[in-house]
Amino acid sequence: MAYSEKLIDHYENPRNVGSMDKNELSVGTGLVGAPACGDVMKLQIKVTPEGIIEDAKFKTFGCGSAIASSSLITEWVKGKSLDEAGSIKNSQIAEELALPPVKVHCSILAEDAIKAAISDYKSKNGAADAAE
Amino acid sequence: MQRVRKRVTLPDKRVSEEALNMNELKAKPIYLDYQATTPTDPRVVEAMLPYFTEKFGNPHSRNHSFGWEAEDAVEVARAQVAKIIGASAKEIIFTSGATESNNLALKGVMKFYGKKKPHLITVVTEHKCVLDSARHLEQEGYKVTYLGVKENGLIDLEELKAAITDETALVSVMGVNNEIGVIQPLKEIGTICRERKVFFHTDCAQAVGKIDLDVEDMNIDLMSISGHKIYGPKGIGALFVRRRPRVRVIAQITGGGQERGMRSGTLPTPLIVGLGKACDILSNEMAEENARIAELRDYTLQRFRDRLADIYLNGDEKERVCGNLNVSFAYVEGESLLMDIKNIAVSSGSACTSASLEPSYVLRALGVDEELAHTSLRIGIGRYTTKEELDTAVDAICTAVERLREMSPLWEMAQEGIDLKSIEWAEH
Repeated sequence: MAYSEKLIDHYENPRNVGSMDKNELSVGTGLVGAPACGDVMKLQIKVTPEGIIEDAKFKTFGCGSAIASSSLITEWVKGKSLDEAGSIKNSQIAEELALPPVKVHCSILAEDAIKAAISDYKSKNGAADAAE
Repeated sequence: MQRVRKRVTLPDKRVSEEALNMNELKAKPIYLDYQATTPTDPRVVEAMLPYFTEKFGNPHSRNHSFGWEAEDAVEVARAQVAKIIGASAKEIIFTSGATESNNLALKGVMKFYGKKKPHLITVVTEHKCVLDSARHLEQEGYKVTYLGVKENGLIDLEELKAAITDETALVSVMGVNNEIGVIQPLKEIGTICRERKVFFHTDCAQAVGKIDLDVEDMNIDLMSISGHKIYGPKGIGALFVRRRPRVRVIAQITGGGQERGMRSGTLPTPLIVGLGKACDILSNEMAEENARIAELRDYTLQRFRDRLADIYLNGDEKERVCGNLNVSFAYVEGESLLMDIKNIAVSSGSACTSASLEPSYVLRALGVDEELAHTSLRIGIGRYTTKEELDTAVDAICTAVERLREMSPLWEMAQEGIDLKSIEWAEH
């Protein structure tokens, strides 16, 4: 399969690989996918009191496209508000990385992962934040 | 720890020619996919060449020396092929490859005997061309039993015995599995089939040249053979069809009635000469070659085990051909692993590389967990593989596995002692 240069770059030099303490209040964690399906993404965001994502980390079990999609989305969400990050669409990821059709599900997983991380953060930080 | 991996940049003009050559050598891909195909042995090519040019005759031309010369060459090759499986030359039918041989064996036998005996038995881990032929027969109203396999990839002989009925015409069990390299108990299967007066076909595309085969001793009635898996050319294969007791097949390709009416079409003399020569080489060198390859295989597996935790060999470790290693590297998805080691040609058991996104049906049939099936590589060692190549490959694969595990949430959870099975995953 021929992959785009951007995809290969994110696969070979993934940005923001790592983990944060999931028990910390300012950290939201999203874990999506399933090992049996061949891909699992863990995406974490660290959020300032003002509701801005100051840091993002990921770990991914999956094909090169899944790794690249998660690496890309961690780059994109940094500095964004939760609402802005939550409105990233999988199609934007698929377009940026020129994912082949059979790999579009990887971008969907990345979108699910950021949404799950945001909702985890909101539920940990109660109604006040959730209602912002 | 993250490794920063730099792109390979082409040396600029100031770099000496020597260094350039060094770089090219370094980047030379390593072929470890001998179950997919093999390079044609130069001795085979040499034997074939005259039959493209000066000895170009049609082996079916009965009226001139050009035809006789080609026919003689075909008959020499037929005998060479027969010899390696203990058959007589008259029992060898040339085809375009093992896929055609398997089609002819299954469809040909079932269609000849099907009125009285419409039942076929085969195995879930067979090659796609056997399974697909069986599916087509099913659609036409034939009955097919698909035997399962044990955890080691081998069939249960008691299950086979129980599956045979008075309506069974044919049992088709492959000699060696293409993905996991396990060797089925052909002699025992042959004995059971002969006792019950059922024909026994075996797809030996991956077995010829790897294990000793004797159609008499093993009571095999039909056997499929491939050229390009044994250092012969692509586009040629053979089907052994027993003469005593006689096995009849309905031709699937009709025309001039060549190959005793079982397979029409002008025989491709150069390819046949090549297949014959490939078999001839194996007759002389097989034992020595396989001992060398088995040693390399064991060495490679040991090196993986020394360096990496949580790796699993798929398929029986003992009942296995010399050149096959199918290994699951837990917590690392196979396709991403392939992407990392792009200079090494191996095959992934995770069919994520194809459009299906499904892990290998063979591994699943063994009961390998789906998550582990996604993490497997097939490493094929063959005639031209060197220890140095394997050292390079092992190092590259291990480094890639370590890098990807650092990136894997599953590896992290496993290190924290979390049981991955206790998590409710959202299957998608």
